Amino acid sequence: MTGIETAMIQDPVLKVEHLSMRFGGLMAINDFSFEAARGNITALIGPNGAGKTTVFNCITGFYKPTMGMITLRQKAGPEFLLERMPDFEITRDAKVARTFQNIRLFSGLTVLENLLVAQHNMLMKASGYTVLGLLGFSGYKKAAAESVDIARHWLDRANLLNRADDPAGDLPYGDQRRLEIARAMCTGPELLCLDEPAAGLNPRESLALNDLLRTIRTESGTSILLIEHDMSVVMEISDHVVVLEYGQKISDGTPNHVQNDPKVIAAYLGVEDDEVEEVIAVVEGHEGGAL
Amino acid sequence: MEYFIQQLVNGLTLGSIYGLIAIGYTMVYGIIGMINFAHGDIFMLGGFAALIVYLLLTTFFVGIPAALALLLMLIVAMLVTALWNWRIERVAYRPLRGSFRLAPLITAIGMSIVLSNFIQVTQGPRNKPIPQLVSSVYEVFGISISLKQIIIVLVTAVLLTVFWYIVNKTALGRAQRATEQDRKMAALLGIDVDRTISITFVMGAALAAVAGTMYLMYYGVAVFTDGFVPGVKAFTAAVLGGIGSLPGAVLGGILIGLIESIWSAYFSIDYKDVATFSILAIVLIFKPSGILGRPEVEKV
Amino acid sequence: MANFSNSVDADGSARMARALREAFFAGLIALGMFALFVGLESGQNIRNELVLIPHPKTLTILILAVMAARFLMVAYVSPYLASQKVRNVTTGEMPTTSAARFFRLPAFIIALVLAVAMYVFASQAEQSLSPTGLAYFGMVRGLAVIYAIACFFFYFRVFVGDNFAKLAIVALVLYPPVIVYFFGFQGSLKWIDNFGIQILIYVMLAWGLNIVVGLAGLLDLGYVAFYAVGAYSYALLSSYFGLSFWVLLPLAGILAAFWGMILGFPVLRLRGDYLAIVTLAFGEIIRLVLINWTAVTKGTFGISGIAKATLFGIKFDATKTGFAALMGLPPSSAYYKIFLFYIILALALLTAFVTIRLRRMPIGRAWEALREDEIACRALGINTVTTKLTAFAIGAMFGGFAGSFFAVRQGFVSPESFVFLESAVILAIVVLGGMGSLTGIAIAAVVMVGGTEILRELSFLKVIFGPDFTPELYRMLLFGLAMVVVMVWKPRGFVGSREPTAFLNERKAVSGSFTKEGHG
Repeated sequence: MTGIETAMIQDPVLKVEHLSMRFGGLMAINDFSFEAARGNITALIGPNGAGKTTVFNCITGFYKPTMGMITLRQKAGPEFLLERMPDFEITRDAKVARTFQNIRLFSGLTVLENLLVAQHNMLMKASGYTVLGLLGFSGYKKAAAESVDIARHWLDRANLLNRADDPAGDLPYGDQRRLEIARAMCTGPELLCLDEPAAGLNPRESLALNDLLRTIRTESGTSILLIEHDMSVVMEISDHVVVLEYGQKISDGTPNHVQNDPKVIAAYLGVEDDEVEEVIAVVEGHEGGAL
Repeated sequence: MEYFIQQLVNGLTLGSIYGLIAIGYTMVYGIIGMINFAHGDIFMLGGFAALIVYLLLTTFFVGIPAALALLLMLIVAMLVTALWNWRIERVAYRPLRGSFRLAPLITAIGMSIVLSNFIQVTQGPRNKPIPQLVSSVYEVFGISISLKQIIIVLVTAVLLTVFWYIVNKTALGRAQRATEQDRKMAALLGIDVDRTISITFVMGAALAAVAGTMYLMYYGVAVFTDGFVPGVKAFTAAVLGGIGSLPGAVLGGILIGLIESIWSAYFSIDYKDVATFSILAIVLIFKPSGILGRPEVEKV
Repeated sequence: MANFSNSVDADGSARMARALREAFFAGLIALGMFALFVGLESGQNIRNELVLIPHPKTLTILILAVMAARFLMVAYVSPYLASQKVRNVTTGEMPTTSAARFFRLPAFIIALVLAVAMYVFASQAEQSLSPTGLAYFGMVRGLAVIYAIACFFFYFRVFVGDNFAKLAIVALVLYPPVIVYFFGFQGSLKWIDNFGIQILIYVMLAWGLNIVVGLAGLLDLGYVAFYAVGAYSYALLSSYFGLSFWVLLPLAGILAAFWGMILGFPVLRLRGDYLAIVTLAFGEIIRLVLINWTAVTKGTFGISGIAKATLFGIKFDATKTGFAALMGLPPSSAYYKIFLFYIILALALLTAFVTIRLRRMPIGRAWEALREDEIACRALGINTVTTKLTAFAIGAMFGGFAGSFFAVRQGFVSPESFVFLESAVILAIVVLGGMGSLTGIAIAAVVMVGGTEILRELSFLKVIFGPDFTPELYRMLLFGLAMVVVMVWKPRGFVGSREPTAFLNERKAVSGSFTKEGHG
């Protein structure tokens, strides 16, 4: 046990309890618990190889955890045990959307088509599982028009309206990042998981991303869980930060709390285990020192 | 029991031939990730080269010792077939490297059609029977083992050792493995990638030519359609053993040979190929990376 | 740059030296490759023993041809192409100008006049010319017609490009009457059957496979299995139960789709080339079962005497109630062929219609998304297994339709028709056409299937190469070479770009360099 208390949260959208993931002999995640509050931006940070993406893959069903329970509670009440569901059902039924560390767009489809694919399940129902749509029933046409409106809405928010008819692979890197987020939003998620959305962005693109994330939170009420390395992004937009090191949680709380946690500083500066105590003493000497 | 062991011996022989062809598939797949559909026909070409050399020898050097004839057939078939595969790679596959994944597959199928029809046009469509080259048969504990079978198994074992050594212990093999892992990085580190790939094709073709010569010696007949069925079975063997792995190719080949001969002996000879393909499908469904292959990790 | 001309001269002679050297090596390589296979033939003598028949003349000609080709290539063709490239860049001209140089208006008029004149005086020529001369007469006329048609398409390329589908449909609907008008009912048989029906079957099969390979990106090397299921469904059910073609056509499609699901379900977990090899295996298994399950399928003998299709109960035979008698026409087998032509045309158009419709539906978009990135699909809540299965089943269904049509057209089915080569040819048409593009695939089918069929017509070649020369023998050899050449020339196929299925402001084709080819 790490002994780090899980911050108490009133209305958690996501509850991860005692999550463990083993790859052969390697314990990638070891007894990891945390909660993400509804409507908040929760950041998951930690040094390279700490297991952040593994946690994401467990939440979104790409990995089946060795142990532990992942509960998602929707606004309307129903709960889903994510560790028991296949990946596509997690998005379709539990409404958890995600992006990827290395962008995964449908590069040969246009930007608009990317967003329409994201509305697949809604459109499938509207088209009577293809049969009615194939016969030309009007219900599908209406739904298709609506889906284009939803796509236009998110294109506008992501500032990509003028690129709607270009192939996704033709977009510059920063636009692709935002497009991937817009696409995830088109699935109508309760929880949006972003895997290093700011990686590789230049300062201007980074600002555009922050804007988009804030818009998502204020407009749609979607809760966000993000992995990030860029501390300026984390500190600026997140409400709650969880720190992971070697698959274990070492800190959990507000950005300010985490920023000053000696264990976090030690993890990021990379000191030997037996020196942690020294670092703690030093930090306590300079209370409130910057990270 | 003796009958069963007899079938094992037959299966081992057949499997060795499949294994030799499978090495060519597995090496090419390993290095450029392409199913070389023309490889079966390269094998057929090797058989025909050996056949024509045999006819040359028996026409101009009557009474030549069988061992010498066989050796000459092997050498010439290996050289000619390697030359063909070298040019084929240069003309049909190299221009497409790094482009569309299906394009080299289609040119390979095209080359397969070209090769079999080339032989049909130049050599005629009929079966070409030759007299027995080696006919000694030994009786060991009631099992008859022919000298042909011994030669085939021995040649396979020797060649596998040689090639295993080349791939694992020499600079050329290191270049091949590096190219297999990451072609761009290998090129940056000064490996002549084009040359390495060419050599891989040449090596694969030489082995296919050996298999073709052995096939001709074992069955005593060659025909232009010979490439397809052994080719597909050898590819099956390569996949079964784990594509990309040299010992896997030979293991897969031997397994396919055993399945075939035992199925024909105990069940129905008509359905032997159905059995082979069904086992392939079942193995792949439950162990998609084959027996000795590295499992493909899905990176998210 | 003072001695610029000197350096050009030096370049020239160096190039010549290089060309000679390369021609020499090319000749050596050709000698190594062809000495055994072309120079010596393993023929049989009267006692059925193998003997060597040397062909030194053929070998020499072949090697000299290779050397000459290499020499011309190095010495003239590649410098010319390079200089053209430089010229295009420096003058800013588009490369289409080289095509414009080839299709000149005066040449077009000459070709047109020549072609018309040669048709007008065809009967006179037949009387006055020797067989040799007549063969050349036919060749010149054919070349003139081809050139004139090519020019026509070149001049109207924008119009043709914009209205390709409509023009093609009109042309196909008018094809039988036009052919009958020119060649008469008996003469039309070859053109409608060998060219029309044959090509349309391949178009339909390739469009069906396109759903699986081109849209969903699943490499299926055993597509011919579903073709076989359709053909045998019709053959067996009609001979055992006497059901009619119109009942069995949908049934064959459903059965093939059902087989598609059965075969698809276990294998769709597999990725990439593993899927390819298992589908190949399944194709072979079905063929081997057809060969060996003689009690039902009659094995390699095949099933013959399959019932013909009827038009609202009217049979196409010479009886009193047959089509010809009812219409008051002289009896001819051409009516049935024309009827079949329209059936396969309707089936092919149905395939195209459904494909176009499906592409704009969520399922079609999911297929294309699956081809681009399967993991992203799963992250967007798409059930990839059912999506793949539907692609497999619908592709198989069209294969089944085509199969039952094949059975009714031939009146005979045997496992010989469903070999791997057929799968390979269909796949080649899909890839050569440009994966996903219906137009490109139709063009590829016409070029590849029509091109090899036309070899049968090239009787003038006998005059050049001697009476023993049979062009048919080289049919598949040239087919294979064409596959290689077209693929190397256009790796993404004739139509490499992709039409988007929806647009906000304007419809722009997506360049082929962005689309992926799938992993499965």
